[in-house]
Amino acid sequence: MTNDVYIIGTGQTPVGEHWGLGMRELASAAVVEAIADAKTEGVDALYVGNMLGGALNGQENVATLIADAVGLLPAEALKIEAACASGAAAVRAAFLAVASGVHQLAVAVGVEKMTDALPDVVTSALATAADQDFEASHGLSFVALSALMMRRYLYETKQDRGAFAPFALLAHQNAATNPKAMFREPISTEQFLGCAMAAEPIGILDAAPVCDGAAAVVLCSKAMLRPHHRPIRVASSSVATDTIALAARPDILALRAAARSASRAFAAAQCTPEDIDLFEAHDAFTIITALSLEACGFAPRSEVLKRAAEGYYARGGQLPISTFGGLKARGHPVGASGTYQIAEAVLQLRGEAGPNQVPRARRALTQSIGGHGSVAVAHILEA
Amino acid sequence: MKSKIPVGILGYGAYIPRLRLHTKIISAIWRAAGSAAPAVAEKSVPALDEDVITMSIEAGRTALERAGIAPDRIGALWVGTESKPYAVKPSATVVAQALGITPQLVAADMEFACKAGSEAMQAAVAFVGSGLVQGALAIGMDTAQARPGDALEYTAGSGGAAMLFGPASGALALVEASTSFVTDTPDFFRREHAPFPEHGGRFTGEPSYFHHTLSASRRLLNEVGREPKEYAHAVFHQPVPKFVERVAKELGFTEEQVRTGLVARRMGNAYAGSSLLGLAAVLDVARPGDRIFFCSYGSGAGSDAFSFQITGAAANPRRGPTVEDYLSRSHHVGEYGEYLRARRKIRY
Repeated sequence: MTNDVYIIGTGQTPVGEHWGLGMRELASAAVVEAIADAKTEGVDALYVGNMLGGALNGQENVATLIADAVGLLPAEALKIEAACASGAAAVRAAFLAVASGVHQLAVAVGVEKMTDALPDVVTSALATAADQDFEASHGLSFVALSALMMRRYLYETKQDRGAFAPFALLAHQNAATNPKAMFREPISTEQFLGCAMAAEPIGILDAAPVCDGAAAVVLCSKAMLRPHHRPIRVASSSVATDTIALAARPDILALRAAARSASRAFAAAQCTPEDIDLFEAHDAFTIITALSLEACGFAPRSEVLKRAAEGYYARGGQLPISTFGGLKARGHPVGASGTYQIAEAVLQLRGEAGPNQVPRARRALTQSIGGHGSVAVAHILEA
Repeated sequence: MKSKIPVGILGYGAYIPRLRLHTKIISAIWRAAGSAAPAVAEKSVPALDEDVITMSIEAGRTALERAGIAPDRIGALWVGTESKPYAVKPSATVVAQALGITPQLVAADMEFACKAGSEAMQAAVAFVGSGLVQGALAIGMDTAQARPGDALEYTAGSGGAAMLFGPASGALALVEASTSFVTDTPDFFRREHAPFPEHGGRFTGEPSYFHHTLSASRRLLNEVGREPKEYAHAVFHQPVPKFVERVAKELGFTEEQVRTGLVARRMGNAYAGSSLLGLAAVLDVARPGDRIFFCSYGSGAGSDAFSFQITGAAANPRRGPTVEDYLSRSHHVGEYGEYLRARRKIRY
């Protein structure tokens, strides 16, 4: 039996190239904003989602760094690392701490500072989340792994790359009205089709950008709720894993960790995919968006791209996804993306999403995927 | 900054090698399908017998001819470059000897990435403006390096210009004021013994080129109390034309004001020679009374900004080859391999 957990505050820095700011400044800004939004004091614990602090910034012990910078000492502070899902995993840790009754109020912040390194260094650092012995060391970067998956998908479904355009277009469209987003300009199908290739068939407009950012959420128990709070309940939180090597999976297009994290989240929240009003998907590559929609049970493979073409996932469609631009256009500061998703879902459920508001949003699913599907973290939030 | 004694440009000269390379030849070898087209259509390439020393001598000779002064009146010579033929041993001494300026002079090579030439201009203004010397020759000249396949290779060009400073009386252009804006910003560098520079990708833009160029430019406009519209021409360091177009727009200069000085469109980025070449191109056509705005940029990083006014006092300021003469004299390298050989990029 666990205690109910609520989110009572969010904070986000703009996502982009923050040439003058480091991890310390970015994370501090997000945490301070989230605590101010929650109008609370007395943080029991800080959980920091971060993937590349060691590899790109030469900084480990990141949670202590940030607790120190924000003035939370001597609170418990731990870094949680789950590749690109690190931010969502930090929220998971905060959820467990409050649900168990060990802590009453915990802050989860995701932060990543990627632009201080050159692109090839960043690509290598990201590849440390893949199987180093059997895949990454042979040059299989994340773009390359995702390209293998996308090529297989195109072959099996007899589609061409253009069928993925709606995912990139809707992300940029949604980001256009998000002041925190990195790319606030809509793109056209022609631009998508003509863009430079990163690893064929993945073009740069299939892929989320390298960037900096931090987002934070404040979680608390029912006992901590005050009349001024606009609490959003964490109806469920789950994590699942799959083989770290892509080659070890019987079907490289089946995101089993994503499927399991979603099914566990639905079971714990006692709801089904039909009950979800919006889905913050892990759209790091358009292929991953399609595969995660399938894995979460929103659509069978034969329907995913067809529905995308029909506007099913756009704002105003039956299942809006990436409502603030997603990883693709809001940006993907890797260890922070999961907390951005959750902070954005909270804004939707509070009815504070402004021009990005999904009408009558009552229940949201967020899913953050690390290591091309080897780890997935899902949360269902309810207004 | 303003010198105690008024200083002006007495003469100037440019040099651009004759060889050109169509950047589509580089694209054919290196560019990924769908990636952005090269920033310039062609760039200048030094022949095997051209280097910063020979090119500086040519530009310096034109500057002396135009100034019409005896070489022994020149008391200082600096060569600002990223392409020193000798790592240790000045290029400036060879240039000075060839121009007949030796032995009574201050001479050295200057290094500040792409603003080494304008750094020499600042020093020249200071030496003349303090009365230490009657003439000082500031040269910015480069045979720009770029690793094969690097984004820089599409624009790295060769050329530069010499600016001869002296007392304002009889000068063809007056120095109204200058400023310098410098921070430690490691956007682009070449390590000792390394043949090619490294750069920080997108970091070379916003926090580097734009921050320093805009900051120095705004400070200078503020110091002289002028609006961009009061200038007939504006010259900036030109790594790629679109960088210049953007700073011009942000500062309030028009396309018309920057067109003449934007020589990179036709020959690429001559690193330390780039902004001085643009200034020389403007001096070739400017009329008496015209004001010229100038702002360099050098990685590492900093910008020198100058405000000039054309006097009309010089008797024959445009003797010898103009920048346009050099730009329109060209022979195109036919193959990438020929270019690699000319640039001594084949190593074994």
